Amino acid sequence: MVQDLFVASDVQVAYGGKRLLNGERVGGVKVLYGVDLRIGRGETVGIVGESGSGKTTLGRALMRLIDIDAGRIVFDGRDITQLLESQMRPLRRRMQIIFQDPMTSLNPRHTVRRILVEPLLFHRVARDHADAERRVRGFFDRVGLPLACLDRTPHELSGGQRQRVGIARAALLEPDFVLADEIVSGLDVSTQAQALNLLKTLTRDLGLAMAFISHDLSVIRAVCDRVYVMKAGLVVEEGRCEDVFAAPKSRYTRLLIDAIPLPEIDPGWLDRDVAPETD
Amino acid sequence: MTAPILSIRRLSAASKLEDAQPILRRVSLDLAPGETLGLVGESGAGKSTIAKALLGVLPRTVRITHGEILFEGRDLMITPRRETRAIFGDAIALVPQDPMTALNPGRRIEAQLTDGLRLRRGMNARAAHKRALELLAEVRIADPERVLRAYPHQLSGGMRQRVLIAAAFALEPKIIVADEPTTALDVTVQKQILRLIRQMQEAHRTAVIFVTHDLGVVAQICDRVTLLFAGAVIESGPTADILSTPRHPYTRALIAAGPRYDRPEAGLKPVPEALVAELRLEVEGVGG
Repeated sequence: MVQDLFVASDVQVAYGGKRLLNGERVGGVKVLYGVDLRIGRGETVGIVGESGSGKTTLGRALMRLIDIDAGRIVFDGRDITQLLESQMRPLRRRMQIIFQDPMTSLNPRHTVRRILVEPLLFHRVARDHADAERRVRGFFDRVGLPLACLDRTPHELSGGQRQRVGIARAALLEPDFVLADEIVSGLDVSTQAQALNLLKTLTRDLGLAMAFISHDLSVIRAVCDRVYVMKAGLVVEEGRCEDVFAAPKSRYTRLLIDAIPLPEIDPGWLDRDVAPETD
Repeated sequence: MTAPILSIRRLSAASKLEDAQPILRRVSLDLAPGETLGLVGESGAGKSTIAKALLGVLPRTVRITHGEILFEGRDLMITPRRETRAIFGDAIALVPQDPMTALNPGRRIEAQLTDGLRLRRGMNARAAHKRALELLAEVRIADPERVLRAYPHQLSGGMRQRVLIAAAFALEPKIIVADEPTTALDVTVQKQILRLIRQMQEAHRTAVIFVTHDLGVVAQICDRVTLLFAGAVIESGPTADILSTPRHPYTRALIAAGPRYDRPEAGLKPVPEALVAELRLEVEGVGG
């Protein structure tokens, strides 16, 4: 059994409305209705669901980027639910994010060198500038970026290269955990395959745990060990990918899987609906 | 094969910017009445440029350098503007990619859906309203009166795409250009929209050019496929043949690059860089 890195229990989140002094929320829209989730050390866990299912909110709640209304989040044995931002800061290096759109998450006026070196200095992973530079260069080969990219700004790179910079930025800090939120949705299939293969290698080699959020079940199947299927703020199914895909228990999971068009002729697919719940 | 309704002959286009980069390289394709043709390729393949040329909305930075687009035997490239008015956006209509940005957020659905009927078919408000209701019912919108009064933000993504499909079919076009119409949608909604496009197309006997990068979508909805790379046609033929026995190595590579939930070990093979380099050379030989 893998040791737990993240354990979230009964996480509830609502947006909007008013917060009373006792912390109670009046009005607003509930987004998570009590979600339990566990991520083991070095494990890649998929969070899949359609728009509005709460998957992005769950990812952000895990990392304490938004406050939760109820529930508990434990990171590496420590309850981080109520930690102040100043108490969170030492943990921040250990949990990193790779964003969906590198065009908006990388500073357009900074060179790739600065984008990668600065966090290393900020989090004191590197001793000095020279050490940071050495680490960055050493990592470039690993993520398949040419050294010439160092002096370029993000808009001078291809979409695939930008995404690699985003991956490198997160992985260079030697975190225990990365959150990858829809990071391949805008990419061509070939570029997507490269990015996913890179993530698989990195998480394996560095022993990184990852929460991989996606609306695409095929992608989840390709990179994740376990999967949580979300719908309307709740987890409707959870399990090892092999099991969930081979024999989905929930009708909703079956619906999602069946809705993926495969690249082979299937004359009945378009008119076929998933059978209604039998149990 | 019956006479094609649309025939693109050796169409070439280039950028008007200094680099004069070729965008399309002698693209030829035929579309039969009522047929669905998939236009497939990665970004930069030229699929959107072809779609824009068919709708008469090429950006100013793109110049057609050579070739013809024959619609019912007439070359649209040399047809005077006042005559193409009855073709672009009328006989050839668009189902756009992003239902969020394609509708004007400040106008009610009714106004947007009846523009074409009133301006191009001379209908009065009353007749256009009636026709709009019929159209919404046809795209299976349960409460058409409410939707007509709504603003786009009051509708879900799937609903908006239904409205846009209704708008595309409003003028009874002969060809629909569907430009990645389901890319922005959830998979379960995508399936409903694909089904709807198929039903509408069969009911109206409309030909469809379906622009997509998703070979899965192609397999389920297209009769034939044209695969593009860097502005050139790589392979073209019936969908079943292309997917089951692709002749070109690039086609095989693209099929192998996509992840598959049913065969996780089969997918995620990036297109080899050597193949891409080789293709570029080959394609550049084709010239502008």
